[in-house]
Amino acid sequence: MLKTNVVVIGAGAVGCAVARELSKYNVNVIVVDKNEDVGGDASKSNSAIIHTGYDATPGTLESQLVVAANPMYDEIVRDLDVPFKRIGAILPAITDEQFEKLPAIKEKAFKNHVYDVEFLTGEELLKIEPNLNPEVKGGLYIPRESIIDPFILVQALAENAYANGVEFMLNTRVTDIKTENGKIKSVITTAGEIETDYVINCAALYCDEIAAMVGKADYTVIPRKGQFYILDKNTSCQVEHIVLPIPTKVTKGKLMCPTIHGNMLVGPTAEDLPDKTDKSTTAEGLESIAIDVRNLVPNVNLRDTITQYCGLRPNRNPEGLHVDLYDDLKGYVNLSGVRSTGLTLSVAMGKYVVQQILTDGAGYTLKSNFIKTRKGIIKFSEQPREVQDKLIKEKPLYGNVVCRCETITEQEILEAIHRPLGAKSVDGVKRRVRAGMGRCQAGFCGPKVIEILARELNKDATEVTKHNAGSYMVTGKTRD
Amino acid sequence: MVKEIICTVCPRGCHITVEGDNGKVNSVKGEGCKRGLDYATAEFIAPVRILTTLVKINGKENELLPVRSNKPLLKEKLFDCMAEIKKVSVNLPVKMHDVIVKDICGTGVDIVATKSLN
Amino acid sequence: MYNIKCDVAIVGGGPAGLAAAVSAKENGAEKVLIIERDSSLGGILQQCIHPGFGLTRFKEELTGPEYYSRFTAKTDELGVEYLLNSMVLEVDSENKQVICTNSEYGLTTVSAKSIVLAMGCRERTRANIVVPGTRPAGLYTAGSAQRLINRQNIMVGKKVVILGSGDIGMIMARRMTLEGAKVVMVVELMDYLAGLTRNRVQCLDDFGIPLKLAHTITAIEGKERVSGVKIAPVDENKKPIKEKEEFVECDTVLFSVGLIPENELTKKAGIEINRVTNGPTVDQYMQTTAPGIFACGNVVHVNDLVDNVSKESEVAGKYAAEYALGTLTKTVKEVAVQVGRNVRYLCPHKLNIGDKEQKVTLYFRVLFPENNVVLRALDGDKKIAKKKELRVNPGEMCSITVDALKITSNAITVEVVKEA
Repeated sequence: MLKTNVVVIGAGAVGCAVARELSKYNVNVIVVDKNEDVGGDASKSNSAIIHTGYDATPGTLESQLVVAANPMYDEIVRDLDVPFKRIGAILPAITDEQFEKLPAIKEKAFKNHVYDVEFLTGEELLKIEPNLNPEVKGGLYIPRESIIDPFILVQALAENAYANGVEFMLNTRVTDIKTENGKIKSVITTAGEIETDYVINCAALYCDEIAAMVGKADYTVIPRKGQFYILDKNTSCQVEHIVLPIPTKVTKGKLMCPTIHGNMLVGPTAEDLPDKTDKSTTAEGLESIAIDVRNLVPNVNLRDTITQYCGLRPNRNPEGLHVDLYDDLKGYVNLSGVRSTGLTLSVAMGKYVVQQILTDGAGYTLKSNFIKTRKGIIKFSEQPREVQDKLIKEKPLYGNVVCRCETITEQEILEAIHRPLGAKSVDGVKRRVRAGMGRCQAGFCGPKVIEILARELNKDATEVTKHNAGSYMVTGKTRD
Repeated sequence: MVKEIICTVCPRGCHITVEGDNGKVNSVKGEGCKRGLDYATAEFIAPVRILTTLVKINGKENELLPVRSNKPLLKEKLFDCMAEIKKVSVNLPVKMHDVIVKDICGTGVDIVATKSLN
Repeated sequence: MYNIKCDVAIVGGGPAGLAAAVSAKENGAEKVLIIERDSSLGGILQQCIHPGFGLTRFKEELTGPEYYSRFTAKTDELGVEYLLNSMVLEVDSENKQVICTNSEYGLTTVSAKSIVLAMGCRERTRANIVVPGTRPAGLYTAGSAQRLINRQNIMVGKKVVILGSGDIGMIMARRMTLEGAKVVMVVELMDYLAGLTRNRVQCLDDFGIPLKLAHTITAIEGKERVSGVKIAPVDENKKPIKEKEEFVECDTVLFSVGLIPENELTKKAGIEINRVTNGPTVDQYMQTTAPGIFACGNVVHVNDLVDNVSKESEVAGKYAAEYALGTLTKTVKEVAVQVGRNVRYLCPHKLNIGDKEQKVTLYFRVLFPENNVVLRALDGDKKIAKKKELRVNPGEMCSITVDALKITSNAITVEVVKEA
């Protein structure tokens, strides 16, 4: 039987952040995830925004963690080499009714200790964001709202945790948790039983199911579907800030913002659904985005869309972000209600959860040899010409451009596959180096990526998957 | 027997109705021109097609040799010919229009390479 | 950085680039260099193993490889040079330089006297046309599937639904059927065929593959691999009729929903792009708005037949050679080319008329199918060319030839009218 000190269930943003924080201590940690890759579910399909927490409910744990997390990113992205930009958000009021809501929003931001929110006139807003609805009456500017590459953030947290000794068991499903004398005993997985002192439930959408294994499911997860459009980098109408709608009582509304890689992102919808696996986009949902976002940015050209996707936010009922430890079940930490702010607050959550365990008396000591930094994969397309030339001469596969839309070379794909916790699937490659993320959506590079994955992983092409088991890309040979 | 034939001679795509028995045409209706009449008659009696496909190359897993029938062959024989071609494999080098399968399925038609490969 | 000098540099070694190279060489350019990203010349024709090419040009039915071989035989004979496995990163229209990657030489700068853009086109995707549903494995553009099956010896699926009745889609229906897959149906949004009638007969009807006109896919289903699609008929506004939606089981969906000229390099070079064709604005020399930069083939506008691509590319190659040699006729007058009734777009987009005799062929596509029509070119109000057609349809290119020197006004209009 495997033995460890802590089992983290779930390799999404929060799970990986908790693992990385734990890896600063002399403690054995195993992260278990049912998916074939780190990155979770909710963590990889969201709006890729690092929030300030200006609109959180003041005084809640969620507010505290988001507000604490935002400033942490300057250091995190430097240490872990994560694409990130503080582009700021604007909240334009288009109608008088919306305009009247601005003071209350600003007041709430102050209650959340977000003091750098500023009021701008319609004219000022149009100056910094010319494609806004010209009717704009005025609005708020929130400078520290930022954009990030959410895939790289989670990979970077995981890779750094791995470099510091954390073990990852992917493609591994937790089937049960054993307790003994009011204490955690072990975690049963599809890859065997793991004896452990602590279990940290970071299973997000499935955290209620994990909680039920130890009889702590006093809540249920209600997935809230969010559909998005991604627009071409060349789309005619672009914005430079995160353009947020003034929320109504019913919904936070749909936003438009650039992604860290220069596409435009538009969405999301918010639909409560019972099915945790329903990640399908719908004609109605996508249409509703089109209608709403045109109020903010009238000339947005959704015909320039290069993809649409859907994410599920793991909302809970009753609502609210919870981190629970139990007197009658030592060693069990339950995280629930980690919803749309989950990506942002993950890094603060890591610290918070570890502190809870230390306070609980875990007695872990700090490592002296913690590796603080992680280097990402060199992006050929972003290098100056001389550096590109040098790279090709050092490693000729840099000269072989596989993805034409994003200019991704074969060398970058090899590094995505062969680095620790590397890509094992077509989507894994895509989320590490962006091959297939461009306007042709893998029409050109897809066939080559299948061939490269098969070659590098020493597999038959029929064993290459898009993501999890069962998502086989091809069915056989034309000629055997 | 009555057969509806869409003419492929020109972009107009006339719908031609041919009536006849045992390979004999009794009447043709709806053709736009003489070429259409000839096409429809031939299609009615014995439709033929060029077959193009691929042949396995010995020692190569990720590449195939494109081939074609050097003449149109009977449409009804397409799948028989495919079954034959699937059994074949070639050694390189191959020159364009080298015969890969002679007189395939007794049709009198050869399967030839459409590409030179070294 | 590695430097190469040449007279005419050609970006792309597909049918357009090959024809332009041959023509440039034949028209006096000394050093002609093709820059190609693939490991061999021929472009997309390498995977088009089916027949149907060359009927107008060579009066015989060739397969893709046979068609381009006729051109590579010529490029070899004439001594056209080429750089393979080289992806162009940038075209500098001012300095006439092309920067590309090459594993052997490193980053390479090609300096030329004139440049021909022949990058071809790419396929529209499921996302471009916004088909809702899940994102499982088993969704391919028809061309990607064609590449896998024909060039990489990989079968993509067993039970296939094809969206779009374009030629590539229909050809893939036949290819996959011959290779043992079951093609369940071809679904087409319009109420008429997008591709050639010949392909409908020989690729669908021959194999009993149903063609669902005026239908669309309303949802993709399946979590890991495609499990099926929902299809529905559409109303006159192309909106799906939800009540008539039905589920069709399949493990693969091929999208053959149109092609888009591949103009990222063109745009970055600051060359004007036409909004209808998505390709560079060109004159009758196939010269773009950047002097000395020419363009031809599907990068300019999506053609129906490769035969037309070759012809148009020979024009580009010829004048690129003349530009390099400094013999290209000086423009005395600019004439706009305008669309008239039932014309979607025209190519070239304008005429730079010189003082030499020149017959100019204007290629165009119609907006909707029509029978028994006359194609006319008007110089102001004056008819200067006309041509009868039994049938025109958006899937097939039309053309009309005018005598450039005889144009007196500043604009000519091409229209399609019903025969009187």
